[in-house]
Amino acid sequence: MSEKVPELEPEVRKKLESVGAELKPEERSGTFLQVDQDVKFSLKWLEGVELMGIKQAMEKHDWLEDYLWRAVKPEDEYTRDVEEEFNGYFIRALPNVRVEVPVEACLYMREVKKQKVHNIIIAEEGSEINILSGCTSHPGVHSGMHIGVSEFYVKKNAKLTFTMIHSWDTGIDVRPRSAAIVEEGGVFISNYILHSPVKVVQMYPAAYLKKDATAIFSSIVVATENSIVDLGSRAVLEGENSTADILSRTISRGGGVIARGHIVGNASDVRGHLECRGLMLSEEGYIHAIPELEARYPNVDLSHEAAIGKIAEDEIFYLMSRGLSRDEATSAIIRGFMEIEIKGLPEFLKKEIDKAIGMVEKGLSV
Amino acid sequence: MDALRVVNLGVKVGGRKILQNINLYIQQGQTYVLFGPNGSGKSSLLSALIGHPSYNIYDGRIMFKGMDITTLPTDERVRMGMGIAFQNPPKVSGVKLIDILRHCARISGQSEEKIQEYAEMMKMADMLNRNVNSGFSGGEVKRSELLQLLLLNPDFIMLDEPDSGVDLDNISIVGDAIRKLLERDRSAEERQKSGLLITHTGHILKYVDADYGVILYKGRIACIGNPYDILEHIEEYGYEGCVEKCLRRFPNSNQK
Repeated sequence: MSEKVPELEPEVRKKLESVGAELKPEERSGTFLQVDQDVKFSLKWLEGVELMGIKQAMEKHDWLEDYLWRAVKPEDEYTRDVEEEFNGYFIRALPNVRVEVPVEACLYMREVKKQKVHNIIIAEEGSEINILSGCTSHPGVHSGMHIGVSEFYVKKNAKLTFTMIHSWDTGIDVRPRSAAIVEEGGVFISNYILHSPVKVVQMYPAAYLKKDATAIFSSIVVATENSIVDLGSRAVLEGENSTADILSRTISRGGGVIARGHIVGNASDVRGHLECRGLMLSEEGYIHAIPELEARYPNVDLSHEAAIGKIAEDEIFYLMSRGLSRDEATSAIIRGFMEIEIKGLPEFLKKEIDKAIGMVEKGLSV
Repeated sequence: MDALRVVNLGVKVGGRKILQNINLYIQQGQTYVLFGPNGSGKSSLLSALIGHPSYNIYDGRIMFKGMDITTLPTDERVRMGMGIAFQNPPKVSGVKLIDILRHCARISGQSEEKIQEYAEMMKMADMLNRNVNSGFSGGEVKRSELLQLLLLNPDFIMLDEPDSGVDLDNISIVGDAIRKLLERDRSAEERQKSGLLITHTGHILKYVDADYGVILYKGRIACIGNPYDILEHIEEYGYEGCVEKCLRRFPNSNQK
């Protein structure tokens, strides 16, 4: 049970830590690392949770076949590419098991030109699980592509919180393809943080919500010079009384951001809110907010707000009048901008997200 | 000892002259009240003194504690001991009142306990985790500004209409805080703190005493004298009448 995490090279460890990895039994209920296409280790320290490579899981559970390509369909060139050859992780919380301490799963790109991943995450009925997924590349890897298919199954009255932290390099193309099916009364919380340069990140994760289900998507993204981040979240409210909140905070420091969001109201008494806020820190770059609402049923309540601005001089001056230097004032305002109140987020994760926001801040002050 | 010495100050905003030939000499321990009609330049003077970047000083200089601070950025003036409570401070989304208070306390070397103590005194203890000024009522804004100053503990305090929009329940809290900031409950000899206080109605003078009154009129200092006499004159004759009388009596007050 108390298996130790194998020794890692210091630079690998440092990169993994930058995407939230702790690699410690005290801080995590399990840890998984895939380097390129190989599972490096998969350790779990708590009962009630399954954590292993997807290949191993498919050998163990023949029913797993039914989950593959159910939430995500192999519809574009990237998903079809993954369909041909992949590795990845399998995480499952057994029925009625509640684990607050996060399971961490890291994907690390080192030598391959293309990392192809297919993950399956299942929160069985009445369970609760928190997952931290950090994805990053080895220092000096300047080009390549990461394709990550992730399928989430949140069963009846289960709660799944998935926090993904990305740190790449200027030449890396990133194509996550993920979707969640949230059954009756289930809760799916998805958080995404990107804090370093990248070539392109393009993704549009979706959640399909049954009766009384809830989804919250939040993302905090920085696009540095020459990075393009095309990011959206989609919630399809299929069951009555389901709700969705999509929140994004995007910052352009010379890069391009397309902040998308799409909520579809397809049943009675559903509620959805979309909030995109953008901050322009440079004369280069752009932020393009595209919030979409789609009602397909009369009794729905869908709303959105989008705002893009720069840091207001009068706010900087105000903080300086309390003795903060211009830099301190600017970073306090940026930090404030990134702070999102996510309902239902466990304390443990708040701390992790805070830490990741600190990384974003650090990246911005360079 | 000098607290503030303003010499022939001229200020432009967007190319337009809004203050001219301002001379003001405030000694340690003294509190001045600044009167003037709307648009006379009262708030502009405070903005120039604290170093607001939009207020361009085209003439004269500002001395604080014997040092020329005319070109110093705002934060450095504050760290030297200047403090200001704004009339309409901006909302800063995501920055909580407590964050600012902690920073103020750090600068003045005050403890975390003081934050709680003053927050309770200012009836702001429930507001600490709110984004600063966001959704604050008029009275809460004033109390929050004074709370920040209490923790910053400056030597020279500028207050821009601390009494406007404050209801009767709160005016005594505001008055107490200002008296504490300016050490008005100490004897004149013991007092270290100085202040420059804008009031439109003079209401606050019932709670805080002051040593001198100044009328700012059309961007110039028109009159300096006993603050209570000035207030009485303004109430009786209006600003124009008061300034006229004053100029007759002290034709060279501006050259003081």
